[in-house]
Amino acid sequence: MSVGDYIRESQIWKSVFRHPAPYDRRNRVVVMLTNFFLHLHPVSIKQNGIALSYTWCMGGITFFLFLAETITGVLLMFYYRPTLEWAFNDILALRDVSTLGIMREIHRWGAHAMVITVWLHMYRVFLTGSYKPPREFNWVIGVILLKFTLLLSFTGYLLPWDQLAIWAITVGSNMARATPVLGSEGPGFQLLNVGGYDLITTASDARFLLLGSKFVGEETLNRFYILHCVAIPLAVAGLIAIHFWRVRKDGGISQPL
Amino acid sequence: MHHPNLTSSVIFGLGFLYLVQLVMNFFWTIRSLKNDGHCRLPSLFGGAEVPVAMWWGLYTAVLAMLTIAHFTGYSSPDSFLIVLPDWFKGLVDVAVSDPKWFFTETVLVFGAIILLRRQLATDTAGWILLNASTVFLSLSLTDWDFRQIVGKPDNVPIVGMLFIVGFFTWLSFKKANENDSRLEQGLGPLEGEDNEKVLVWPDLVYTELIVMIGLTAFLFFWGVCLEAPLEEPASSVKTPNPSKAPWYFLGLQEMLVYYDPWLAGVVFPSTILGGMMALPYIDFNKKGNGYYTFNERKFAISVFLFGFLPLWVGMIVLGTFLRGPNWNMFGIYEYWDVHKLEALNNVNLSEYFWLYGLGVSMPVPDANGSFMSQVGTIVWRESPGIVLTLGYLFLLPSVMAMTIFRNFAFRMGFFRFMVFANLVLLMAALPAKMVLRWLFNLKYLVAIPEYFINI
Repeated sequence: MSVGDYIRESQIWKSVFRHPAPYDRRNRVVVMLTNFFLHLHPVSIKQNGIALSYTWCMGGITFFLFLAETITGVLLMFYYRPTLEWAFNDILALRDVSTLGIMREIHRWGAHAMVITVWLHMYRVFLTGSYKPPREFNWVIGVILLKFTLLLSFTGYLLPWDQLAIWAITVGSNMARATPVLGSEGPGFQLLNVGGYDLITTASDARFLLLGSKFVGEETLNRFYILHCVAIPLAVAGLIAIHFWRVRKDGGISQPL
Repeated sequence: MHHPNLTSSVIFGLGFLYLVQLVMNFFWTIRSLKNDGHCRLPSLFGGAEVPVAMWWGLYTAVLAMLTIAHFTGYSSPDSFLIVLPDWFKGLVDVAVSDPKWFFTETVLVFGAIILLRRQLATDTAGWILLNASTVFLSLSLTDWDFRQIVGKPDNVPIVGMLFIVGFFTWLSFKKANENDSRLEQGLGPLEGEDNEKVLVWPDLVYTELIVMIGLTAFLFFWGVCLEAPLEEPASSVKTPNPSKAPWYFLGLQEMLVYYDPWLAGVVFPSTILGGMMALPYIDFNKKGNGYYTFNERKFAISVFLFGFLPLWVGMIVLGTFLRGPNWNMFGIYEYWDVHKLEALNNVNLSEYFWLYGLGVSMPVPDANGSFMSQVGTIVWRESPGIVLTLGYLFLLPSVMAMTIFRNFAFRMGFFRFMVFANLVLLMAALPAKMVLRWLFNLKYLVAIPEYFINI
């Protein structure tokens, strides 16, 4: 008996996988049904639907990058403290001292790559008309996921707390000041006032909500850190689950009718 | 300060870039020998029948010489001859350093993609385009200013994105062309042929595994080769010039040149997202579901590509590579001079109307008057722009419904058509304002700075 067979015959292996290795047709079906990670997939699939020249694999790559970002991000969280005193120095240490400092490179480049792949996924889905009935709603979820991907990247941009970070976020968040009605320099902000006192000021407008402050400061860093590491990833994970579920429920990868 | 265009390490590094192109074209020549058949030489050269691959072989030989030259000639960069000529740099700089030329060019590229899709989306044309862009990139890298802007760590992914978007646009049109030819002959799309069911294990899970391993390796490789950027510690008093948003928002930042923040930063981004979500409910065309095609969805694909290529990707390129200090435009080979002056003398529509058109002074709201009288005067002052804007958003859809989009309006119903027409008009609002700015130096159609309502 080979070592491989010995392992596959052991009680431990069987308790984990509950069936023999997927060498024959029956077990290749069974593995898809009994494995939690594989059960996202159907058992069988139209072969043209999984051709790389058709799907470009961009949705899958985006999901993989999300996982890679999660793993590298969690590792980075062990090193990084989101305070004015430490944020920049911790990134410096990641660059110059820490053994796993390359995690920051992977995290940053993976983030750029994810923005691009999510666009390309949308591009492919559009060009193959895959948003058409019955998949309309999954396209809507996809657009929300696209927005969250950009927001994830945007909130992460601030965390190194260098010049590149705060000024990019300053430029980006200055827009919020001009939100109609809710921004202190937006059209119609005077509408919200009580007895002649404006409710919308620089200390209470949409930009303040985003930054937690009148300018990009420590409160902003904390706010963006929590959005970046907890709030948005949770929302994205939930939406991804729905997105994948709907791919299956809407008839799998799109095909000519 | 003088910066040398070439240094030893740049020349040596470019050697690797040419080596990659050499290897690529070596294999392409072999492929061409098998697939491309023969062509006749011009009679000047004897008119002999030669394989098409000969041309690729010659090109590959030139690349080989370039590679050798770079790997051996790096010791004296001052006398190295393979550089971009200055007249070419000047020409390119003029062509891209003005937003109106740049935008016109991206629109022309978009038009060429649509109109010449049969010619461009072939293997040979695609390969020629790829080589043209890699040679352009390699030669451009001999320029100091070009390296400064393209070599910024966060800009490297954008260069990659351009190649990737180009490739997938090419690929989708190639597949659409195949399907369109088949559909003309009454056959079904290629995606429906030989479409047997296969087991997900192993056919899909192994692809996924290989992609995951490949991507992990790629991310590590990228992370080792290129360090993530880290500038000076944040300082709220030292404002960098230019201050740029993250690269994927630079298209939105570019809109700020033409529209005020409440439109460019809030209304238009929300409309883009809302419009994208509304897309499946607007597109009533049932054809082209689940396969690549262009002819069956000409309008939808053209509008989407116009939004994605010139307006989104094109504006990101403009914002990233061409916008320099003081948000001035710079050519890709041009030094980012902080003192470059550009005359900005933009005029509001109301000023055109009252001052230049009627030759009278502008109506001025009475500072001591009642609120209503002030608003009334302002509305009167801005009435030409208000009428134009309201007409654009409310009258034009009806005109569209009665003329060019009659068929659409009939099939979509009132509400759906109004949403569709307004989304198209809002998308067209950016190029429309651009053209007005370039032709008439128009600042605002409606200028009500008193209430932050500038359009």
